[in-house]
Amino acid sequence: MITLSAYVIVAIVLFGIGTIGVLISRNLIILFMSVELMLNAANLTLIAFSRAMNVLDGHVFVFLVLTIAAAEAAVGLAMVITLFRNRETINIDRYDLLKW
Amino acid sequence: MEKEILTLVTFFPLVGVVLLTILPRDRHDSIKGFALIISFVTFLFSTWLYYMFDPLGNGMQMEVNIPWITSLGISYHMGVDGISLLLIMLTTILTFLSILASWNSIKTGVKGYYISMLLLETGMIGVFCALDLFMFYVFWEVMLVPMYFIIGLWGGPRKIYAAIKFVLFTMFGSLLMLVGIIYILFEYQKYSGVFSFDMLKIIGELPLSYQAQLWLFGAFALAFAIKVPLFPFHTWLPDAHVQAPTAGSVILAGVLLKMGTYGFIRICLPLFPDATITYLPYICILSLIAIIYGALVAMVQRDVKSLVAFSSVSHMGFVMLGMFALNTQGIQGSIIQMINHGISTGGLFLLVGMLYERRHTRLIEDFGGIARVMPAYAAFFMIITLSSIGLPFTNGFVGEFLILLGAFHKNNVYGIIGATGVVFAACYMLWMYQRVFFGKVTNDENKKLLDLSWREKVILVPLVLLVFWIGVYPKPLFEILKPSVNLVVEQMERAEAVRLDDDYRVEEKLTTVEVGNNELSFDTEEQSDE
Amino acid sequence: MSDYLFLIPLFPLIGFITNGLLIGRLPKPVISFVGCSTVFLSFALSVMVFFELKAMPAGLRVIEQVLFTWIPSGSFHVNIGLLLDPLSAVMILVVSGVGFLIHVYSVGYMHNDPGYGRYFTYLNLFTFAMLTLVLADNFLLMFVGWEGVGLCSYLLIGFWFEKKSASDAGKKAFIVNRIGDFGFLLGMFLVFWTVGSLDFLTVSEKAPEVFTYGGALITTTCILLFVGAVGKSAQIPLYVWLPDAMEGPTPVSALIHAATMVTAGVYMVARTNALFILTPDALLVVAIIGVVTAFFAATIGLAQNDIKRVLAYSTVSQLGYMFLACGVASFAAGIFHLMTHAFFKALLFLGAGSVIHAMSDEQDMRNMGGLKKYLPITFSTMFIATLAIAGIPPLSGFFSKDEILWKSFSSDFGHPLFWILGFVTAGLTAFYMFRLVFMTFYGKERMDDKTRTHIHESPKTMTIPLIILAVFSVIGGFVGIPHIFGVTNQFEHWLEPVMATSAGAAESHVLAAGGGDTGMEWTLMLLSVVLVAVSIYFAHLLYKKRTELATSLRERFSGLHRTLLNKYYVDEFYGAVVVRPVVYLSLFLWKVFDVVVIDGFLNGLASRYHEVSEFLRFGQTGRVRTYATVFIFGVVLVVAYMLMD
Repeated sequence: MITLSAYVIVAIVLFGIGTIGVLISRNLIILFMSVELMLNAANLTLIAFSRAMNVLDGHVFVFLVLTIAAAEAAVGLAMVITLFRNRETINIDRYDLLKW
Repeated sequence: MEKEILTLVTFFPLVGVVLLTILPRDRHDSIKGFALIISFVTFLFSTWLYYMFDPLGNGMQMEVNIPWITSLGISYHMGVDGISLLLIMLTTILTFLSILASWNSIKTGVKGYYISMLLLETGMIGVFCALDLFMFYVFWEVMLVPMYFIIGLWGGPRKIYAAIKFVLFTMFGSLLMLVGIIYILFEYQKYSGVFSFDMLKIIGELPLSYQAQLWLFGAFALAFAIKVPLFPFHTWLPDAHVQAPTAGSVILAGVLLKMGTYGFIRICLPLFPDATITYLPYICILSLIAIIYGALVAMVQRDVKSLVAFSSVSHMGFVMLGMFALNTQGIQGSIIQMINHGISTGGLFLLVGMLYERRHTRLIEDFGGIARVMPAYAAFFMIITLSSIGLPFTNGFVGEFLILLGAFHKNNVYGIIGATGVVFAACYMLWMYQRVFFGKVTNDENKKLLDLSWREKVILVPLVLLVFWIGVYPKPLFEILKPSVNLVVEQMERAEAVRLDDDYRVEEKLTTVEVGNNELSFDTEEQSDE
Repeated sequence: MSDYLFLIPLFPLIGFITNGLLIGRLPKPVISFVGCSTVFLSFALSVMVFFELKAMPAGLRVIEQVLFTWIPSGSFHVNIGLLLDPLSAVMILVVSGVGFLIHVYSVGYMHNDPGYGRYFTYLNLFTFAMLTLVLADNFLLMFVGWEGVGLCSYLLIGFWFEKKSASDAGKKAFIVNRIGDFGFLLGMFLVFWTVGSLDFLTVSEKAPEVFTYGGALITTTCILLFVGAVGKSAQIPLYVWLPDAMEGPTPVSALIHAATMVTAGVYMVARTNALFILTPDALLVVAIIGVVTAFFAATIGLAQNDIKRVLAYSTVSQLGYMFLACGVASFAAGIFHLMTHAFFKALLFLGAGSVIHAMSDEQDMRNMGGLKKYLPITFSTMFIATLAIAGIPPLSGFFSKDEILWKSFSSDFGHPLFWILGFVTAGLTAFYMFRLVFMTFYGKERMDDKTRTHIHESPKTMTIPLIILAVFSVIGGFVGIPHIFGVTNQFEHWLEPVMATSAGAAESHVLAAGGGDTGMEWTLMLLSVVLVAVSIYFAHLLYKKRTELATSLRERFSGLHRTLLNKYYVDEFYGAVVVRPVVYLSLFLWKVFDVVVIDGFLNGLASRYHEVSEFLRFGQTGRVRTYATVFIFGVVLVVAYMLMD
């Protein structure tokens, strides 16, 4: 029997990896993937708690999140491609038009 | 129809705005024509309002009260009394005249300009009609936008600075007012259980603690004082006036400044009577400083327009002084003086604008001997100048005299210091007049100036007629003002009586203690006798 | 007829409006006709109402006509109403009568002026304002006329506005008058808030009840009102505008700055005698200012060379006499002198105008001389006026001046010192007036040849008014022959109802005293006549017979002469003490306070704000990762904070 805390710990670890990925990566694609990782960490907690408490709400949320994540990925990747076409780079440190 | 007349007067210019947006932007003549007709019709509506107004009726008339956002207690509540009626008349007349005055001077962005003017008119009339604090605030802010554009787009060389300064000053004040309004809203909710912005209800019912009144008066008074403008919040005024186009200055001086004084009499005095009594000496002192300061600084101006702007500071000082004399003479004089100031200062700005159109300069030293070249212009200028310095039988005298009479009654010193303003007014106006109109024509460019055209005479004649009408036969105005002013005065007298009562009670306590002591000593004497 | 009282001021107003609206469109004869006929109609009406008033019993000679309510504001209620009583009846006769003559004179004098229409417009407006002033039934309407005449004076002094000195003088007149008006305004406030009305009749009636005799309140009120009179009637310290006012056309000087407007102050004091009589202190102030001004202005008059300026200072001096009379509570004597002065001083000015006209606009007496043979009518009329002003019996000036001198000595409020100063002034007056006559009409012809060829007697429109005024200068005094000649003083008797209501006890007491000491009165009268004669002799000696003596005297006392010539440097003093400091203060307030302090503070606030923003903007790196780091750091902080609870 895997305990609830194990799920949560895995989720925390996943979330942490995602966060660090967002903070340190310069590659837009990797950043994007890190965001997905964070989302899925959240999904994992939702499922875990849902199961532990024996309610279905968490499942519903997870489906919702998955759908949105898919839509977001579609739009996001399209934006990344447009950005790449315009700037010929996906290094996000070069996207600093708003710099002071 | 009687019910809708206020809505009609207020929003008719807005109809004009819609019409103008449809017109193609390069058809200048039809745009100007439309704007002129719309403003004239608005003026006709306001005269109709004047005839329907019952001078004997107490309180608000032609009231409209339709719930709007019921959950917050916001309603479309409009109404006029004598005070607002006169100011509405002033607004419609001045807007009409200033649209006529802009005929040739505005050459770029014609469409936007006239749209701004009409939008401004709606905002101004709205402020004078609104009986709901929310509506009041909305109209108050609506006014700001077109004025910002009028100064910022069609103004002089430093127009951006002036426009931003104008907006920042006014915004700063009005934000504090907003805080005050919201506070009142919650106080009223605490008191009665429902939200309401209704001015009449709040004034009639809401008991505000003395402490709250002090703070609220401060918040509102700051907003209004900046608008008046009261010394030392006046520095936006010369910049805005000098940079604004002629019509902008006319509206700014003629109507927008009156918003401040109107706010005082409509909101500050009735809503915070106790705080009014407390603040009174400070406001009177500031007004006195404004009277003398404005006059002195006006004297040494080199630009005619900024001279007139500083003279406004002085005149509005008179208005404030009269209002805070808190007696019938002072308040009536102050309201009459609001109208007078609109007419005479508006007229002066129009006149200066006419000269500016011809010469493209306003510096006093560029002129001299104009009376020889433009005699009709000089005559009109003389009449308006005399009205501005308050010569008897012109409008300025009636207002100034009553203000000083009232102020003198409140406190002799106020009256005495205020009356020196009369001397200074003669100094700066006549000195300017001498330098511009008298002497020989030294500047060759001034030799071929054309005298007034028919259009310009049409603009000035109504103002001159008003000058003499109010100066010689102001009785109708006084009749219209009487009930509303009496209401304010009674309320103020009550507040003052309460204040005196409190003082008296304290004294009474002291005296009873003394009496007690005496009795005691009397007793001891008796005892010693025994 | 008295129902048409309002027409008296209305006629000139109609003339003003007609001439004013059609300015530049009417031919000269029409302008003159409108201008003169309207004033003549007023005069005719004035005569009619005067006789109607005379027909009434003495005690009831009051006609009040309320036209409409002017300012109704709470307890403050002022009407446009006219009041005709013996006092205002005298005044309207003088104003419209002398005014009409001067209008006629102007037709000739201003004939070639391009501003002919404008001139008559202003002159009619002036007549309207002056008649309003004297007919007003309350303080405020009087103030209307008061400021109105001030305005016309401003406009007419600056009539030739292309001349800098003229427009300067006009402005100065208006502003100095405004200083006086300031006092008048405050006086009115005090009257209203004490008595509760500004109506003359009500105020006179109630004054003894509401004011305590000699109290501080009534004294302040009266002194404030008197400040107004000082401004308008050119007394110390506000007399400085009147000599400069001579920049205006000469008929204007005659009408406004000699005969009518400047006497408004005296009229006002007489009109409010009910108040003044209650306060000996204020009366003392009036008397002192009056007599000192009379003396002071006469000394300046000694040394002036401009013919009009001599007359101007003489006017100031004579006005001083009138105030002296008022100050010793002998208001009737003041008004009497006002009337006779109107005749002879108007005549003197018009004569001077005729001289100036003949001399091609030369005003300096040093360039005149020997004009007697060229200008016979002007000379003879002016000579009569000079005799009158000098106080030679039995001309008008003798009676009125002597009345004042005697009252200043004998009245309860009088003092021998007043008499002595007044007496000396009478001598000075005779001296400088005859100096004027001798310098102008006698002696060598000092003008250049070109001017001499142009010298001619003035046209009929100018000489006829001169003759009429000369007649009045001779006979004008007979209405007020004093008691000691064995007749009742008609003039004093006529004014008695106006003065008696208030002056009451004090006045009758004065009259009794005057009747009692006949010997003293004869002595003083004789003394002054002798002094005048001696002064004339000296003038004759110095300026006709042995002119070199005058020169040597001038050199001997060159310091004194220069001081007098420069009018004691009073203008310079005012310039240094009042005008310049105010201008500098204003410049300081504008350039320093407005621009540096207030705007500096606000702009400083804005730039501090700007600086802080300049610093804070470095936080905006533009890198998403930085923003994300800060964001996460914030989240961690918030979560940590929530966990700590």
